[in-house]
Formats: sequence, C-alpha cells, structure tokens
Amino acid sequence: MATTVAASGNHVTGAEHHELGFIRTYIFSTDHKMIAKQFLVASLAFLLLGGLLAAVVRWQLGFPGQAIPLIGGLFSETTAPGGIILPEFYNSLVTMHGTFMIFFAIMPLMLGVWGNYLIPLQIGAPDMAFPRLNTFSFWVSIPAGLIMLAGFLVVGGHAGAGWTSYAPLSADPEFSGVYMGQILWLVSLTILGFSSLTGAVNYITTIINMRAPGMTWFRIPLPTWALFVTSWLVLLAIPILTGALIMLLFDQTIGTGFFAPATDGEPLLWQHIFWYFGHPEVYILILPGMGLVSEIIANRSRKPVFGYHSMVVALISIAFLGWIVWGHHMFQSGMNPMLGTSFMISTIVIAVPSAIKVFNWMGTVWRGDLHFDVPMLHALAFVSMFIIGGLSGIFMASAPVDIPIHDTYFIVAHLHYVLFGGSLFAIFAGITYWFPKMFGRMFGAKLGKAHFWLTFFAYNLVFFPMHSMGLKGHIRRIYDPNQYTFLQSMQPLNTFISLAAFFLIAAQLIFAFNFFWSMFRGEKAAQNPWNSNTLEWALAPTPPPHGNFVVTPQIYRGPYEYSSPESTDDFLPQHLPPDRVQRPPVPREPGFLPTED
Amino acid sequence: MQNWSWLMDESASTVGPQIDRLYYVILVITGIVFFATELTLLWFIFKYRHREGRKAEYIHGSTKAEIVWTTVPAIIVIAIALASGGLWAEIKDPDNVPANAMTVMLTAKQFEWNLTYPGPDGELNTEDDFTVRNRLDIPLDRPTRLEMYSEDVIHSFYIPDFRLKQDVVPGMELMMWFQPTRTGEFPIGCAELCGIGHTRMRGTLTVHTPSEYQTWMNEQLQAQP
Repeated sequence: MATTVAASGNHVTGAEHHELGFIRTYIFSTDHKMIAKQFLVASLAFLLLGGLLAAVVRWQLGFPGQAIPLIGGLFSETTAPGGIILPEFYNSLVTMHGTFMIFFAIMPLMLGVWGNYLIPLQIGAPDMAFPRLNTFSFWVSIPAGLIMLAGFLVVGGHAGAGWTSYAPLSADPEFSGVYMGQILWLVSLTILGFSSLTGAVNYITTIINMRAPGMTWFRIPLPTWALFVTSWLVLLAIPILTGALIMLLFDQTIGTGFFAPATDGEPLLWQHIFWYFGHPEVYILILPGMGLVSEIIANRSRKPVFGYHSMVVALISIAFLGWIVWGHHMFQSGMNPMLGTSFMISTIVIAVPSAIKVFNWMGTVWRGDLHFDVPMLHALAFVSMFIIGGLSGIFMASAPVDIPIHDTYFIVAHLHYVLFGGSLFAIFAGITYWFPKMFGRMFGAKLGKAHFWLTFFAYNLVFFPMHSMGLKGHIRRIYDPNQYTFLQSMQPLNTFISLAAFFLIAAQLIFAFNFFWSMFRGEKAAQNPWNSNTLEWALAPTPPPHGNFVVTPQIYRGPYEYSSPESTDDFLPQHLPPDRVQRPPVPREPGFLPTED
Repeated sequence: MQNWSWLMDESASTVGPQIDRLYYVILVITGIVFFATELTLLWFIFKYRHREGRKAEYIHGSTKAEIVWTTVPAIIVIAIALASGGLWAEIKDPDNVPANAMTVMLTAKQFEWNLTYPGPDGELNTEDDFTVRNRLDIPLDRPTRLEMYSEDVIHSFYIPDFRLKQDVVPGMELMMWFQPTRTGEFPIGCAELCGIGHTRMRGTLTVHTPSEYQTWMNEQLQAQP
C-alpha cells in the first residue's frame, strides 16, 4: 500500500495550478470527473434517442398501418412515407432501439459515468491511472456514435437484423436488403469496443494500484467493487465481440464465409460467439447498478450494508457464472439438446447469488432509519423490480418452459424488467444521489419525486402485461401482429401499452428539465448533504478540484459505519482518525443490540 | 377484449400439459417468493421510515440468516432444474421420437413454410411425394416428426397451441416431433426475425381425424400435376 502514497503525492501538487483553458477543461479534459460528465451528457442523449425509437416502434404496434401524427411528414419515402411505417424500417427501429440502449446508453451510463466519477473519489486517488487514455476512451466513442447515427441516412436503410444480428440474415444483403447500414453497424461497434476496453484497463489498474493508504479491499465501497468486477467482464468480453464483428464484416465485404452455409460456414457459430460475449454483457449492464443501489440504500437507511462480504462474493459469483450460461439464449437454436441441460443448470444457479443480493438489501433496510429522498425511491424501485426480472428469468431458465416463451413478448418483458426496472432505475438513483457532488447543487426533490412516481407506474403498465402476451404466443419483432388471427384479440392491449409507453417517455421530460434546472438553479449543495461515510462526500470538497483531495487521505474503517455506537453522529467517515471521533458519553458494549422498540 | 384471459389457452399436444404444469409450478413458487419479498419490503419501508429520536440499529449482518437464504433458494432452483431436465429430454432428444411417427419434410425460406409429404408409400424422396405451402395437415392418431431445413436464413417454426418451437437453420438438419390431442386448426408462426416479411411468415396446422386425413391426402394427390 505504501507505493500508492508516493504515486498520489505527485498529483496533488499539480492540483494547485490547474488553470486550464476552455478546451482542456471542457473538451479534451483528462480530469476523470469531467470525462464522467461528458459520458453522462452523451449517453443521456443516446438514451433519449433510444426512447424515441421505441416510441415509433410502439406507434406501429399500437396503431398498425396508421400514419404517425404530427411528425409523420418528416420521415423519408424509404422509411415511413406519409408517416406510415414500412416493415424494413420497423426492423431497423427495433434493431437500433436495442443497439443504442445497450451500447450507447446503459453501458456508458454504468461504466463511463460511474467508473470515471466514483472510482478515484471513492478509493482516495487523485485521478485515473492513465488520464490521457481516459480522454481517449470518451473521444473514441464519439466517432462510433456518429457512424452508428449515419446508418439512418444510407441507401438500404439501417441494420435490421436485431441487436443480436444473427447470421446469415446479417451476413448477406441478399437476405436483408441492407448493406451499408449493416457495415456501419459493425464498424461502429468495433470502434466503440476500444472505448470500453481502455476504460476497463483504467478502472482495474486504478483500483489495484491507487487506493489510498488504509483502503484495504474490504473497505472499498460497493459501487467501486461492482465496477471492478464489471471491468473484468468488459476486459474479457469485448474482445470476443470485436472478433465476431470483424468476422461478420469480412463475410460482408471480402467474401469470407464464417457464417455462410454455402461455404461450409456455420450460422450457429455467430450465436455461440455473440452470446459468449452477450451474457457477460448482460451483467455488465446490471452489476454496477447493484453497487450504486447498495451504497444508496445503506446511506438512506443510516445502517451498514447487511452482509458486505457476501455482497462482494455474490458480485464475483454472478460475474463468474455469467461465463458459462450463454447457451440458454440458444435452447431452441438447434444446438445439441443435451447441451441445453447443462446450460439450464448453470443458468438456474445464478438465481442463488441474485437472491443473496436481494435479501441483503432487504436486510439493510430492516431496522433502519429510512429517508425517502429521490435516490432512495429509485434504489428501492430497483430492488422491487429486480425481484420481478430475476423471478421471470427462472421461467426461461427452465428449458422446457422456454420452448413456448422463447422469442415472444415474455422475453421482452423479462429483459426490460432487468434493464429498465433494474439498470435504469439504478442509473436514476445514481444521478440523483451524486448530482450534488457533480454539479454543486441539489437535484430538485419535488420534480424528482414526480418523475419517479410517474415513471414507476407507467413503466409497470408498459411492461407487466407483456408477460401475459408472450405466454399467449405474441411473437417478438413482428411488424404487424394483426397478420395473425389469434393475436388480433391482443390489439386493445397493444394499444394500451403504446399509450402507456408514450406517457412513460413524456415523463422523462420532467427528468430532463429538472436535470438542467437543478444544474443552474438548484439549491446550493453542502459538502456532504447525505451525511455519507465515503471519501467523495466526507472528505472531497464540492465540487472536487482537479486532483480531488488536498492531501492524500488515510483510511481507518469500512464504508458503511452508519449509526455506529462509537459515534454520537449516525455516520462515521472512512477517513476520520479514531481519536477525532465524537464518542457518546457512556460507551456501549460491543455487539450491543437494542431491544425491540 | 371479450374472452380475454391472462393465462394460456388449453394446449393441443401431448407435451403441452406437461410444459404447462411445469410453468404453473414455477409460477406458484416464484409467486410465493414475489409476494413474500415485495410485501416484506413494503412492510419494512413503512415500519422503519424515519421518525424523530429513533436511530437505526448497528447491524452488519447475520451469518445464520445468510446461510438460510443461500441454501433455501439453491435447493428450490436445483429442484426446478431437475424437474425440467426429464421433460426437456423427452421433447428434444432425437432418441425419444416415437417409432411410429410419420415424417414430413419442412423446408423454410423467406417467407414461407414448404411441407413435403411422403405420399402413399410413406417414404420421403420418392416420386409420390407432394409439397404444400404454409399448411401442415396431420392425423390425430399418430405422432408427426418434422425433418427441418432452411434455404436462406434462420427461421423458427412455432406452434403456440402445441407449446413447441424449433429454430430452422440453413446448413443443418433439425427435427421436432409432436402428437396432437385434439382436432382443429392451429396457427403456425415464425418466431425468429428473418427479414422484411417476417411478420407474414405464418401458416396453419390442421389436425384431422384419421378418416378425414385420408380424404385430405387423396385430394392433395389428385391435385398434384
């Protein structure tokens, strides 16, 4: 640990003359906090775009064949002439909704934002291990985003083979009618991989090498733990995706036939490689959220995290098991059914560490002193929605039950309970919780609560009925369900879901307004408005300067010493020396447990 | 939405009730866990809300509780996996296809299902074979085995009322089998995104009584050129 002191000492001196020009401060900054804000603004913009794409999809499903009102005239002849959506455009919309949400919104919102913002602040480091690589990590994602956006403008339309881009549909324009769109999709994600990879290298190196003295592994706050585990997943999974993308790109452009049966290629190879990346990717999208939520629930319950060690072990187990379950996406794919049995067992075992996490969050709330601020509301919503998403996963983990529900709306419901009910509520919790530290002002509570409640209700109205629709045979990714007689009876429900979805998206405008209003007009934040123990609140000024800490902190205890009998306050910061703790007049017995009320 | 039910309609294949039963077993288990955890969470949210003068209790965890809530879910989910394993093999293992099954060849292409019947000699790839598009007609009294091919991209042959689905992959020979339990017409869908016409790649499965099936077969043979 001694080496870390010297390393951080150098940076602190740099903190005194950090008068940088506009470009070095706001554009090509090497400050991890500014890079986090850049990721935040860019990925929230992509989140909005992903939401708007979903709105157009929902228009077609709710009002099939009808012209899109108001903005219908803005669409081109090859996408939605007169506002009536064409099937090929529908396929592109579905594909790009998934692509933008997963790769350009949720993933950078989890890693780019919180990896950058929290890791150095929570471990007492002045910045990332490789600050310039960090700048690169953000800026390389911008051309990737622009290339992906450009796909909407090319002849043949954007990629339309789903975010999973199953070959051979994705490999041959003869089958899809899409050529340039698919190529741009592949090139963009290949470039974006560099952003994720360089980020992961930075997070891992920083956490291993730059922890402040006394910040032992089991004193690291859980968001940083979760980001550490997730970074390993990114580091190992992204190269696999990149390999698959390049193989598909070669199939498309230089005539290889990795996935083409005509040249002895193997279509299932794409699925195996894609899901070998894709299932760890699913955990990349949720594990950091679990870390954020653990922090917020402990703080707003004024209570230590229940079972801190098992929380860490559960994170690592989920990440490990995530590597041996990819086949559950392929139960009906035609792979050997005997493989299905082993994938079923490994998949269903993931329920165990997931259950541990849920019970530990509940244990944290139990006998706490709960403060229902906006971040806490989102964090509790995360827990209750993750329960649904986790339990619905058991249905498709059971391979025979998966047979009817595979590729139906049941899957759509499940994945949105995990990715919206899980990841996105965690992201809202994180933004509203660390907003005061990032921007120096409180996140508006009234509008914040209005946004939370509207989102929570509308979200459930949109996604809960989809379980039932899928169970009754509503296939995914179909442009016009009414083509099927038996799905016509679901049209009223489809229309209802679409109206709820429009309402859900409209409710996000409250968040957008509140975000900018609070940034400029919000109430000025104190240094530690949540009375938190962790370094970013208890020690770093608001907003933290370049270099973060005036002197390198010394860490004395774990991050969740809330309501400790050792202190008169209900919190006990990690950096506070034992001799400066305000002790209560009568020392209590160690292991003291108050009697029931 | 008259006659709307949130649950599945009655299945029409021999494996349907078994899949449905497993589904309902998981629904009951997860339902109990769902209500127990969500209601407990709500109760905690109400009971431990902030009140002046009360401090949170300083508790770091409980090894005993954590062992319980690790072991119990582990036992439950492994039991579900074991209960699922047998049924999965019964449906998908090629060795478990009934010996008396009639084989029909399915050839999928954008955006149609072509079904080739063995004809009166009961053998595929002979002169009396005949092919119909987007229609699968089978007798009630005999299992049917599909030999499945795709000419272009991946499709997925889905019969919601039979609770069955199997992807059809170019370059591979795949199979599925089923035994109907009642006569009637049932929708067939394509469940795997297969291109622009994915939404209209559908068909009809008709289960005939044995005598009706013979009549249908004769009509088809006469209609052939």
